[in-house]
Amino acid sequence: MSKMTYAFPQSLSETRTHYCAGCGHGIVHKLIAQVLDELNIREKTLLVAPVGCSVLAYKYLNVDGLEAAHGRAPAVATGLKRVQKDKIVLSYQGDGDLLAIGAGETIHAANRGEDITVIFLNNAIYGMTGGQMAPTTMEGQKTLTSPQGRDIADVGSAMRACELIDTLEAPYYIERCSVHDVKNVNRTKNAIKRAIKYQVEGRGYSFVEILSMCPTNWGLDPVKSAKWIEEDMVPYYPLKKFRDKGEEA
Amino acid sequence: MEEKILMKGNDAMAEAAIIAGCSHYFGYPITPQNEVPAYFAKRLPQVGGTFLQAESELAAISMVMGASAGGARVMTSTSSPGMSLKQEGISYMAGAKLPCVIANIMRGGPGLGGIAGSQADYFQATRGGGNGDYQTIVLAPGNVQELADLTILAFDLADKYRIPVIILGDGYLGQMSEPLVLPKPSGKTFEKPWAITGAKDRDPQFIASMRLTPENALEQLNLELQETYRVIRENEVITECYQCDDADTVLVAYGTAARIANKAVIKLREQGINAGLLRPKTLWPFPSEILRKITNDKKKVLTVEMSAGQMHEDVLLACDDKNKVDFYGRLGGALPKVDEIIERVKSYE
Repeated sequence: MSKMTYAFPQSLSETRTHYCAGCGHGIVHKLIAQVLDELNIREKTLLVAPVGCSVLAYKYLNVDGLEAAHGRAPAVATGLKRVQKDKIVLSYQGDGDLLAIGAGETIHAANRGEDITVIFLNNAIYGMTGGQMAPTTMEGQKTLTSPQGRDIADVGSAMRACELIDTLEAPYYIERCSVHDVKNVNRTKNAIKRAIKYQVEGRGYSFVEILSMCPTNWGLDPVKSAKWIEEDMVPYYPLKKFRDKGEEA
Repeated sequence: MEEKILMKGNDAMAEAAIIAGCSHYFGYPITPQNEVPAYFAKRLPQVGGTFLQAESELAAISMVMGASAGGARVMTSTSSPGMSLKQEGISYMAGAKLPCVIANIMRGGPGLGGIAGSQADYFQATRGGGNGDYQTIVLAPGNVQELADLTILAFDLADKYRIPVIILGDGYLGQMSEPLVLPKPSGKTFEKPWAITGAKDRDPQFIASMRLTPENALEQLNLELQETYRVIRENEVITECYQCDDADTVLVAYGTAARIANKAVIKLREQGINAGLLRPKTLWPFPSEILRKITNDKKKVLTVEMSAGQMHEDVLLACDDKNKVDFYGRLGGALPKVDEIIERVKSYE
């Protein structure tokens, strides 16, 4: 008798996604779905989708979902969680959403120790609108709105979300991962699982940043995109666990 | 007889909301409505509810959206500059068909303006306010009792039609203390099968304003909203007429301005001049048909407002004969004067 080694996650919808070839969103969606299956919490998970490429995330995960205005996902998640206290509330956000228009909501939800999990996909660019400079765009990186490359003397340096959130007292779990190769995809899954598990246990705010490819707007093929993360992004955005109060305890 | 108690408008509104079953409040401080969050902060935990001071009005209205999607009765309050910020979330909630109650205790503008009461946000309240083809129900209380009573109604209307409802007061009303009988719960309950509660024993559902596919999905959503607005227009107009029947001149005013206009009508009558007052309690839907019928055989119609003539546009739209419609308003937090109203009405004689 053959042994089942892989099954399509129940928490993943069979809808065809709109994501580009080589994009990291699909990988991260699947990881979240696998984690929800493994923790057996699909039926109690509520997903807040942001504005950006992942605006339709609620159609791709087989869970209840809610829209948020651009940047406000952590505030929407706050309101939802404060009503549905026994549910698992995920806020899925991109870099423009989380660090530009929603910087205030990001910091304050984290600072309150809101009992939600924020999954932050950092691809160093605005994808949905066609490739503008993001708060996380690298120095010298060319985008539609930084055609000569990001000039840090003019617009400042790329912002590091984990490091910012790590200055706050309340967050329970903060980790930065990447999905540019298999080893790191597995590490990302573990981080997502730990972050969500902490919410299941009611421990408070958990935050997972994931470096992710955007071949279309980077103007690179998928293989070169993965390489660019490893060689250009990772040295600036170190992959590590910033805080794990569960481990400290 | 039921016991009357003395309460500030802002406090009475908050207590009425709790009576109506409001379990969650999210807000950001701004004068002249600061009593509201303070009252909720003290009272909601006593009744098992949740008060949270948000980091901004943008965040507050988004928290309201989340709580509403979770099925709770939820409220926020603010004053004019804060109301501008809340338009983002109100537009999203209108599109997502989410109920909530938002109080705007208006102050003078534009910009930071001042902290004295004003009625200069009428356009913003009655024309949607944010982006898109939408309306909100707008209630206009004229005294503290009514502020409390209309708050109970606001929650029922919000749930009945799945629509944001605005309580449009002003700084004078919010700060004023008057005796009132605390209202009773309406007893109405509304099922919320659309709420986001987890996809257990049912298919997953989502709440969103966005409609990308199929091609006509967004127009379809808009048509559904317009149909709801039509039903509301037909069924939910509330207005009050004072001595209109034999009046030669009918004043039209709401809220604090209507209190002053009412006084002017009494004084005019004492001087043998037949004046009356028509007071809309719903600004959207606006009582256009009632206004048209009442003013048809009158000599003059005078709109009295604490603005440069915003509701006046609706009065003009409603009246068949525009030539008999006049306007008197004070701006930037100033109050209309009884004597000036009387003088204006006498000039029609």
